[in-house]
Amino acid sequence: MFEVIFFSLIVVAGTGGELCVSRAMKEVGEVHDFRPLAVLKVIRQAVCVKWMWIGVGLMTLGFFSLLAMLSLENVSFVVPVTALGYVAGALGGRFFLGERVNWRRWAGIFLVCVGVTLVVVGKG
Amino acid sequence: MTSHKRLHLKTYLLILIMILAGPLGNLMLGKGMKNIGKVATRVSSLGELMHVFARILSSGTIWLGIASLLTFFVAYMLVLSWADYSYVQPASSMAYAVVALLATLLLGEVVSPLRWAGIAIICLGVFVVGHTSPRTTEHP
Repeated sequence: MFEVIFFSLIVVAGTGGELCVSRAMKEVGEVHDFRPLAVLKVIRQAVCVKWMWIGVGLMTLGFFSLLAMLSLENVSFVVPVTALGYVAGALGGRFFLGERVNWRRWAGIFLVCVGVTLVVVGKG
Repeated sequence: MTSHKRLHLKTYLLILIMILAGPLGNLMLGKGMKNIGKVATRVSSLGELMHVFARILSSGTIWLGIASLLTFFVAYMLVLSWADYSYVQPASSMAYAVVALLATLLLGEVVSPLRWAGIAIICLGVFVVGHTSPRTTEHP
């Protein structure tokens, strides 16, 4: 039961956090200047966007869920299953950020699902 | 050494750091958390949760793991500043296989053939995802 809760949090909160950070950075705009002062200015702009804080909060929740999961299960089981984040990422990208996910990306995501299923089945 | 060769060498070196630092970070987090014990099954009050947080934040292995993951992240950012994402990304897909390999060698974890097959398919899936266009929305 704990495993299901923590894996869900790793995938949903971790990926949700990345999607929020991505949305925040889209609001800030594309970065062209990588000089230290310009990067600092981008960071200052980014922390003023609410999505950035929601994202960081969710990613923190995802990280501590990963730690909790690692206390229960082996690394060689936990880390491959976290690849499910690609599925959540594609769904979130499609419906939250309005990205167009092409058939090739869906095919890759399908392979990730098949792989994760084998990892879970192969645990026993 | 020509600048072309130097660029290749620099890229390979950083990709090697990525392939090792990322999985090593996860391995150390795993080892640190195993030392702390099954936290999820013992936390039943806020006080116990705080106690667990204190133990996590005072674990040297956990901090080494975080430092290793930060090293991975910095190497990833640096290499992406000159190399193509589609060139670098397959290396990050390999991390799933490397973490399982290191877990068997360093932590003595047992990985069944079926799980190895699953990990190989995950690597392939992540590789395929990485070979799609990095931008699918209109440029504003």
